[in-house]
Amino acid sequence: MALWLYVARRLAVLVPTLFFVSVLIFSLQQLLPGDAAVALAGEENDPAAVAAIRARYHLDRPIPVQYGLWLGRVLQGDFGESLRSRIPVRELLASKLPVTIELALCSMAIALLIGIPAGIVSAVRKGTVVDAAANLLALSGLSVPHFWLGIMLILLFAVRLGWLPASGYVTPWEDLGRNLTTILLPSFVLGTGVAGVMMRHTRSAMLQTLGADYVRTARSKSVPERLVVLKHALRNALIPIITLGAIEFGRLLSGAVLTEQVFAIPGFGKLLVDGVFNRDYAVVQAVVLVSAGLYVLLNLGADILYFLANPRLRGST
Amino acid sequence: MSATPVVFAAPAVAVGRRYKAARQLARRPAAMIALAVVLGFVLVALAAPQLAPFDPTAIDYRAIRKAPSAAHPLGTDEVGRDVLSRLLWGARASLLAGVIPVTIAVALSVPLGLLSGYLGGWVDGLIMRINDAMLSIPFLIVAIALAAFLGPGLGNAMIAIGIAALPTFVRLVRGTVLAIKTEEYVEAAQALGCSRRRVALRHILPNTLPALFIQVSITVAAAIIAEASLSFLGLGQQPPAPSWGSMLNAAQRYLSQAPWMALYPGLMIFGIVMALNVLGDGLRDALDPRYQ
Repeated sequence: MALWLYVARRLAVLVPTLFFVSVLIFSLQQLLPGDAAVALAGEENDPAAVAAIRARYHLDRPIPVQYGLWLGRVLQGDFGESLRSRIPVRELLASKLPVTIELALCSMAIALLIGIPAGIVSAVRKGTVVDAAANLLALSGLSVPHFWLGIMLILLFAVRLGWLPASGYVTPWEDLGRNLTTILLPSFVLGTGVAGVMMRHTRSAMLQTLGADYVRTARSKSVPERLVVLKHALRNALIPIITLGAIEFGRLLSGAVLTEQVFAIPGFGKLLVDGVFNRDYAVVQAVVLVSAGLYVLLNLGADILYFLANPRLRGST
Repeated sequence: MSATPVVFAAPAVAVGRRYKAARQLARRPAAMIALAVVLGFVLVALAAPQLAPFDPTAIDYRAIRKAPSAAHPLGTDEVGRDVLSRLLWGARASLLAGVIPVTIAVALSVPLGLLSGYLGGWVDGLIMRINDAMLSIPFLIVAIALAAFLGPGLGNAMIAIGIAALPTFVRLVRGTVLAIKTEEYVEAAQALGCSRRRVALRHILPNTLPALFIQVSITVAAAIIAEASLSFLGLGQQPPAPSWGSMLNAAQRYLSQAPWMALYPGLMIFGIVMALNVLGDGLRDALDPRYQ
């Protein structure tokens, strides 16, 4: 099957999915107790403000009409404005998203640097103490509540040792050095969980490829073991790991919610949490919608990578 | 939580097979230790009133942020409450938050997954499109958004987590049903004239259980972390009732003065989640034919 056909098919499935995502997110509003206009107005009990919101969101119209009007605005990139700051939500999204993407990229780098080598060593030394230790570490990375790990690392590296700042964020354009010191701990915290997943998948993929015929052939031709592991086994094991990486990247974007909260990083997650506490529902809806959109696109990207990396799929219809 | 659930054709669960799986599980020391740890947590939660040395909500302004001592083995918090007592009582919130959302998810997903997988057609199409939509919003974000719109509180947090966990279960049950539907014994039952309802409930449902068990153990762990996360954000358990997540929320403000407030609740969450994950791995090894 040609790549474009594959992508077109996947996109065709995405349209109904995204339609239902938008319905679900719109329906959140219906969960608000009592009069939605009053709830949306937040702390402003001014009847004029409530009336303005009722008019703006057409809350006096039937629900399907409200949905249609809401979707129409969203499709034009109009997510409304923050009730708190009166800033258009679109601008808020544009300023916060890059911070979270930087955090997710750094976390992914840390996860790859820990997870893949640990997975390789663990597979090569299967059944040894090294393997058991790597497995235990991976399981710990998967089980530890990240926000708590963040608090503990702040306690150690910021409060006790004073090596790194406890919280805050500086953009790379202002001061790259300080940017890296502020992003290091949160990236490590977020990266540990993904490192655990990466390690486990690398290990099982490597165990499969190490047992494959072409590896046995390579060994029988007395190819050096190092080359067998890194060239023959790892290269083939990487296919599922690349796909996993794209999916995990999507999950990092959401995992950032609590980490950003702990380290006071003004990113996407903090925007969501602040939106929740300020009862700024337009912001909450927009963040959820954009997260879902990004997640869907990353999954599509993962599928395309998998398709490209796996020649057998291209042969099938 | 795992984004891609384990979907496999379950073997026919005869009674003998079930014993075999239990024996397989018993032969794994790590899984047995994990099971003992989980049961230990359950006992602690049940016996919290007897075990706790103090009332978990009793404020004592003479003992604010006291370091661990003989009177308060794990110290006191910002209003002089005993950390140990709050930890023991907090186990209740955490375990409930692990069990109830998963019960909600299983109770809703089994009928939906059975309908979707067994009936097929437009019913399947509709259920799966909505399910895909729910799956495409990350788990914690669904839980936070739902909890935000429902309003803060442990009950609403549990409902939110249950709904957030639902789509993974629906996809798992449907996938398993699709795999089992073509098995010979199902075709035989249909050929013998069993009603659709009987085939679904007597022949298909029992065989989805192994996959479901594995997913339950993983999801209970994820739900406990999710409750702790929501409570940490202030969307779950409300003060003064104790929960490990809300204890961490308070602890964050006194990190340099009272680090013990942050240490122990996190260790408890880590302990129970690790035990559940090890148990989940053991169950998968014992029940999933691909791992045997």
